[in-house]
Amino acid sequence: MADTFTIHLKVWRQAGPNKPGKLVDYTVDNVNSHMSFLEMLDVLNEQIIAKGEEEPIEFDYDCREGICGSCNLMINGRAHGPKAMTCSCQLHMRNYSDGDTITVEPFRAKAFPVIKDLVVDRSAFDRIIESGGYVSVKTGSAPDANSIPVDKSVADTAFDYATCIGCGACVAACPNSSASLFTGAKLAHLNRLPQGEPERKKRTVAMVEQMEEEGFGDCSNYAECEAVCPKGISISAIAEMRRDYMKATFAGEEV
Amino acid sequence: MNLDSKVPSGPLEDKWSKHLNDIQLVSPNNKRNHDIIVVGTGLAGGSAAASLAELGYNVKSFCIQDSARRAHSIAAQGGINAAKNYPNDGDTIWRLFYDTIKGGDYRSRESNTYRLAQISNEIIDQAVAQGVPFAREYGGLLANRSFGGAQVSRTFYARGQTGQQLLLGAYQSMMRQVHKDKIEMHTRHEMLDLVVIDGKARGIVTRDLVSGEIERWMADAVVLASGGYGNAFYLSTNAKNSNVTAAWRCHKRGAGFANPCYVQIHPTCIPVSGDYQSKLTLMSESLRNDGRVWVPEEKDDDRHPNDIPEDERYYYLEEKYPAFGNLVPRDVASRNAKIVCDEGMGVGPTGRAVYLDFRDAIEREGRQTISEKYGNLFEMYENITGDNPYEEPMRIFPAVHYTMGGLWVDYNLQSNIPGLFVAGEANFSDHGANRLGASALMQGLSDGYFIIPYTVGNYIAQQDFGDVSKDHEAFDEAAANAQGQIDKLFEVDGDRSVVDFHRELGQIMWDKVGISRSEEGLKEAIKQIQELREEFWNNVRVPGEQSNYNKYLEFAGRVADFLELGELMAKDALHRDESAGCHLREEHQSEEGEALRNDEEYSYVAAWEFQGVNGELNEELHKEDLEFDFVELKQRSYK
Repeated sequence: MADTFTIHLKVWRQAGPNKPGKLVDYTVDNVNSHMSFLEMLDVLNEQIIAKGEEEPIEFDYDCREGICGSCNLMINGRAHGPKAMTCSCQLHMRNYSDGDTITVEPFRAKAFPVIKDLVVDRSAFDRIIESGGYVSVKTGSAPDANSIPVDKSVADTAFDYATCIGCGACVAACPNSSASLFTGAKLAHLNRLPQGEPERKKRTVAMVEQMEEEGFGDCSNYAECEAVCPKGISISAIAEMRRDYMKATFAGEEV
Repeated sequence: MNLDSKVPSGPLEDKWSKHLNDIQLVSPNNKRNHDIIVVGTGLAGGSAAASLAELGYNVKSFCIQDSARRAHSIAAQGGINAAKNYPNDGDTIWRLFYDTIKGGDYRSRESNTYRLAQISNEIIDQAVAQGVPFAREYGGLLANRSFGGAQVSRTFYARGQTGQQLLLGAYQSMMRQVHKDKIEMHTRHEMLDLVVIDGKARGIVTRDLVSGEIERWMADAVVLASGGYGNAFYLSTNAKNSNVTAAWRCHKRGAGFANPCYVQIHPTCIPVSGDYQSKLTLMSESLRNDGRVWVPEEKDDDRHPNDIPEDERYYYLEEKYPAFGNLVPRDVASRNAKIVCDEGMGVGPTGRAVYLDFRDAIEREGRQTISEKYGNLFEMYENITGDNPYEEPMRIFPAVHYTMGGLWVDYNLQSNIPGLFVAGEANFSDHGANRLGASALMQGLSDGYFIIPYTVGNYIAQQDFGDVSKDHEAFDEAAANAQGQIDKLFEVDGDRSVVDFHRELGQIMWDKVGISRSEEGLKEAIKQIQELREEFWNNVRVPGEQSNYNKYLEFAGRVADFLELGELMAKDALHRDESAGCHLREEHQSEEGEALRNDEEYSYVAAWEFQGVNGELNEELHKEDLEFDFVELKQRSYK
């Protein structure tokens, strides 16, 4: 059965985008080892609301199944906490012990401005996809699905890259705040499929340039992104992105 | 309330093509003069917004999440059905239609369900063309698997993340149109009211969830694709932010709410572990392809499952339903899990769980093969429970998953308010009293890609929209109404948290409006919900400010709506004095616990018209008779 224990927290509180922020201390008793990290914060918020002295802590979440990509906590300096391949919502308190002190901060990057407390604005990711992260196909104009055979290994690898949930952990973990893993993953998904081939160059150049425009840094191969990615996406995506970008731009063709 | 279903005449197979021939078109150069609002960016809303924008309309898209990509369709795991018959196992459009009608216990509209089966094949083509990485065979062609309620392999899948991949396909199509300025995207916006002018839906009122600003948006048509209301139960497989507010506010403006009591209880969820719990996690139904469901034959057997010998295990689904075995539909699997647990054979610390065992499949096919099929699901299970499903059986229990009820729509997916269209889980139309696995994704995309774009055009072509602006008094009234409720929530300044109210509502709903229901229990539930609602409006505490990001204020508005909807769900369940699909009335069941329908008296859609709330929820019942011209109504049997 579950143990019950006490956790100390230092949580980043910031009233708004242009307000100063600071770490505030809290103690949560009755933490149960089966709770997720976010459920532990829910319990803390219920305590804060009951006291009525300050506002509850704002943080983003939705599915709580590790798939929607909403949750985005920096837990003891690591995006999504200590467990590999895990979102904050799927991090369970059995990974902690009685009396532990945990620091909780938002994902920090110039391109992810803070909205309030632990909530940040990740709309830059949408704009990267907007710039070319799709196959241009109109509804109703598709040929029969089996008329485009795809080698199983190609489909499987494309799927591996397509699993990116857009949480932004890669950016938060990167010393340069680079979005290369996010952008590279979408390119590695679409660029290797026959359906994505016609727009390959155009897509690559547009997405890479949009990423720079958003204020994300460049990649210098720290590989911190791969280490924190909850979906285990390989940094090979970044190498592919660079190769495709070089090909597209050096070719001198109109893209 | 006018419940004209507008089903075209003629043979079932020809109704949709006949309708397409008959509907009016908007010429390409006129489409740019029309604005359409789409609320929600899941499979239905995302695909509708993208397709309408491709056609040339100006689309305004709204979602409550920080990105359109996070709509809850993302969490659907198992797959999407289509009648492609690629596996050559005898599937046809008719068979997919028939399975869906039967699976829904003959409480859905024949014509809509047939169209769903017809369109299913186009959806797969569309998704593949977008680059959705479906599972493939070694020859490069698409792979299929089977799902509950079907005897053919017609389910297309992308590992255990089919919903995610299909949603990203729709999202990417949307973002392409955002780039072309054909979609104006509004994230972190919640729809709080519908604006009806001269009897037509002409706009919405939203709250900017970051600034708190109440805003007005005008259009020629509104497409509501805001999902289901399973979170009325507090614990469910729905995302935490899934809610009924957009649909409920439309209901309060006159849109009929149909079959609200039809809630799907999904058989394969990770059991509840404690009262801090915020939601339940679904394990894909596809696991039942290879997992065998059993409980110990002995009551209160506390041995480790691996120590229980074969002849002391009760494989209740395989024994009771030899033809379908572990692949019986969801309502049957859920109800039987409840029955064995009620009889004391349940397992785990709470006794409210059954085993889903992969031992035999691993022996037969090898760990590698099983891992390729279900690896991510197994990891997820281990992460949540701390147990390894390769080494011991999973523990599962039913949980609230999907709502088949929703706003009433006609064949055009238009509600009884002209100009208000409703797509995906938010409408009631295709699944009857129970939804078969892998058909939610199918319906969302069918509605969004292939029905809404045509039927909205048909509506627009026939209207004279006149000279209306956002200063119209109906906009003033709706904006004041939205603001008024927020002010009222803060004024209460009570002692009890929003979550606490929601949890108590959920417990009432689960106990009395859940897997099985009785007249007595439903009457008690109605009374308890009324009392709880009264207390809510006298004792809720909403923290923080309204002109700022405030999650608990969002919740407060949604829980207020659930407290009204909950009463309607119980009322609907009470009036329907029969068992149908997921709606099991204890008074109407066979000795084996099978649902006993009453086709003579209840073969209709129950559409409720809002009349006001004054201590109790006042609703008037309207009936749309269901006509079955092409299938024979039979008792469902999976034996």
